[in-house]
This record gives sequence, structure tokens and C-alpha cells, in this order.
Amino acid sequence: MLEIFQYDFMVRAFEAGIAIGIVAPLIGMFLVVRRYSLMADTLAHVSFAGVAIGLFFKVNPVFTAIGLSVLASFGIEALRNSRRIFGESILALFLSGSLAIAVIILSLSNGFNANLFSYLFGSISTVSNTDLWVTIALAVVVLLDIVLLYKELFFASLDPELAQASGLPVKAINFMMVMLAAIAVAISIRIVGVLLIGALMVIPVISAMQYGRGFFTTMVLSVVFSITSVIAGLFASYYFNLASGGAIVLVALIIFLFSIVFIKAGKD
Amino acid sequence: MQQLAEPYIELNNVSFSYGNNPVIEKLSFTVRKGEYLGIIGPNGGGKTTLIKVILGLLHPTEGAVMLFGKDRHDFKEKHRIGYVPQRVTQTDREFPATVFEVVRTGRIPRLGFFERFTAKDIEIVERAMKTAGIERYRDTLIGNLSGGERQRVYIARALAGEPDVLILDEPTVGVDIGAQKTFYEFLASLNKDHNLTIIFISHDIDAVSQETKTVLCLNHTLVCHGLPRDLLNEHVLERLYGKHTHLVDHK
Repeated sequence: MLEIFQYDFMVRAFEAGIAIGIVAPLIGMFLVVRRYSLMADTLAHVSFAGVAIGLFFKVNPVFTAIGLSVLASFGIEALRNSRRIFGESILALFLSGSLAIAVIILSLSNGFNANLFSYLFGSISTVSNTDLWVTIALAVVVLLDIVLLYKELFFASLDPELAQASGLPVKAINFMMVMLAAIAVAISIRIVGVLLIGALMVIPVISAMQYGRGFFTTMVLSVVFSITSVIAGLFASYYFNLASGGAIVLVALIIFLFSIVFIKAGKD
Repeated sequence: MQQLAEPYIELNNVSFSYGNNPVIEKLSFTVRKGEYLGIIGPNGGGKTTLIKVILGLLHPTEGAVMLFGKDRHDFKEKHRIGYVPQRVTQTDREFPATVFEVVRTGRIPRLGFFERFTAKDIEIVERAMKTAGIERYRDTLIGNLSGGERQRVYIARALAGEPDVLILDEPTVGVDIGAQKTFYEFLASLNKDHNLTIIFISHDIDAVSQETKTVLCLNHTLVCHGLPRDLLNEHVLERLYGKHTHLVDHK
């Protein structure tokens, strides 16, 4: 048995990390194909404001992060449906707006400390038992939704208008998707960190897309890449004392570069 | 007296406007089973808007739309109308989906939420791909196909729902001339051999006059409706497109 697994916190980090590694690219896939990649980053910043609120009121920050990002996801979709603001401007609004809120709350509570650093870049030693169970439970909910509504989510992403003409409630499906994204982001910040969760949702997906396969195969590939990144990243984080989020995303980047080079070499 | 075929789509005094900008005014017509109808008219004359009203994507500001004898609000069998949108030749180049995955979405209107595709669904999807002549592209990414091939993918998608009516919006835009001829033959065989009612929108008057059985000219309101050879004369074209429009006879 490896020494690394003798520590309870490492086992918890691996369990939570793998749960996130499965869910993040699944959601990311739908965001990427809709040209909505920035959504993950936006929701991450909203989650960060949630973390700040949690730290301020001394509640478990994971809960406040989930609550606030789900709330924001509804705000984002409602504004988008009103068609008064461009989609990407809405994301910019929520991204910087929530960061401003987070910074204000943190300066009020003198919260700029090492603890905060772990929320920004991820930390393997801070996953509590409660965090682990919340993460796994919500990851299962997100996973089940995607499995059960796969054909609807796919159709609404491929061609929203055609899907609506076929009788699908496209608006409701979009709301649900953004809400699932909010949950996935919020449960990921402990391990991957606010600033890097967007990368874990997007990079494995764009790596998988390099192989020119269909939607389902691309999705499976992206999950394989993501889990590989999480596991390798957590090992690196433990043995070299690195921030886990950075290590995970760095592995994802290496896979991306390899995918591009590999595909290019294959075509020559 | 000859019995008229069953009415599939009926519009009664339908008007639609975007804000204060009227696009369709007091439009009434009926499409019956087995028809092959071409809709022509100038850009901005309301062709695509009309299709969206029929599909329920837009709600008429006035008038009634009846689909298969039911008011559009009570019409639930969405699969009976297969729709091939105009932009399929331009967009989703990078969308990572195979032809099979796209065509399979045509079965979704027949399935409920959470319901999975059955072996029968897959069989019908395979057959639709065969009818559209794209079965060899089954596992090809849609982004790697030509405009004409993508058009056929979306037709196969519509056919997979086993519709009674097929609506195509500018199906030959982005399709080269050589492929257009085979494409029109394909549509004619769908109408004749598969007994499919077809409505197709086009800016190409020649194609409509030579291919379709009936024609409807739309410029905000109904300019003409009937047999192509009776209607497509200089007088009608002038009302549709303005002066200095001439029919060029292709023989």
C-alpha cells in the first residue's frame, strides 16, 4: 500500500477529486459546444463570493457557495432569455460583480489569509468528511441528470430551435443545465480552486475534441482525460507539495498538448 | 365531384408582426395530404416567419393555425411535421457529432423524457439514412461533410421522425448545381413514392416552377396560390419582386 493512502485527508481528496473529475467534463462538454466555456469561470467566481459569505458568517463555505451559484445561474439564464444583454456580457457582469462582492466581504472580515489561498487554487488537506459526502451526493445527482436526459441535452445543444420545434422545453433544459453547472463548480472549488475549475471543465473536453470522434465518444474521452489529470495532479500535489488545482490543470494541459501533437502527427 | 384530400395545414387570416412591424398580413391557405408546395417571395417577404408560425416557434398576432385538423395549441404530435432549417449548411461545423447521432434526434419527438432509444428506433434511423443516401457517412462527423451532404443529413433527421409533412427552408442554398438536380429528384421521389407532403421555400423561381405541383407566392400577404404554369407570369412576378422581373425559360 502506498504511503499516500495512509492519510485520511488524502483518501478523501482522491474520492472527492474523482467525483469531480467525472462530473466537470460532462458539464463542460455541453458548455463548450454551445460556445459557453466562460460560464464555468463565471460560476466559479460567484462560488467564491459564496465562500466569502460563508467565511464571514462562519457557515460551511461549501454550502454558501452552492446556494449562491445556483441562485446566480437562474439570474444568468433569466437575463439571457430577456435578450436585453449579449450572452457573454452577462457572464462578464456576473464574473466581475461577484468578485467585487467577495473582495468587499473578505476585507470586512479580514479574511485575506492562507485559508483563502486554498479556495483560490485548491488544497488537498482541507476536504472534510462533510465536504466529501456533499460532493459525492451532488456529483451523483448531476451524473444521473446527464445520463437520464442525455438525448434532450444533446438535441438542445445541437440545434435549440429545431429542438423547440420538436416539442422540447428548451428553456427549461437550459435552466437545468446551467444549474447543474453551478452545482458542479461549487463542489469543485475545495480541490481545484476558484481560479482553476473552469480549466478542468474545458481543457479535457477540447483535448478530447481533437480526436474527431462523435459526441458520446468525445464525452467519454474527456472524462478519461479529466480523471487522469485529477489522479496524477493529486499525486504530484502530495509528493511535491504543490497546490492541487494547479497540479491537476497542468496535467490536463500536458494531455491537451499531447492530443494536438498526436493528431497532427497522425494526419501527416 | 372529386373528394378533396385531408387538410394537413390550414391558416385562417393569420397575421404576424415583430413589434409594430407587420411581416405577415391576413394570410389564408390550406395544404392538403400529398401536396408538393413551393413557397416563393422576396427576402423579407415573410417566408421563414410563416414556417416558424406553422412550427409553433412564433405565435401569430391574429388568426388561427390548424394542424392536422387541430388548433395549434392542442397539437401535440410534433413528429408529424419534419423540419429542415435553412442554416444547416453553414453552422455547427465544429460540433462534435456523427451523422448517426444527428439523425437519431429525429426520433426524440416520438419519445418521452427519460425514455431511451429502442432497437426499433435505431432501425428507423438506419432506414432514414438509407433513404437520404447517406448511410455510408454513418460515423462521419457532420463538420466533415459538404453542404449538400449536410442537407441530406438533416433531411434524414426529419424522415427519422416518420413525418407526414416535410418542410424545407431554402434547401439548395450552399448546394452546387450538379447536386441540386439529384436533390430535386430525391424530393420528387419522397413526394411520389413515400407519399410525403412537401413544403419547400425557395428564392429560386425556376426550381419551384419546374419541380413543385403547386406554388404559393408570399409578399407579406398572399399574392398567388395555384398551379405553377398558371401563375408564374410577368404580372405576378411584378407584384412579388417589383418591375423589371422576367421569367427566363430553361429548356
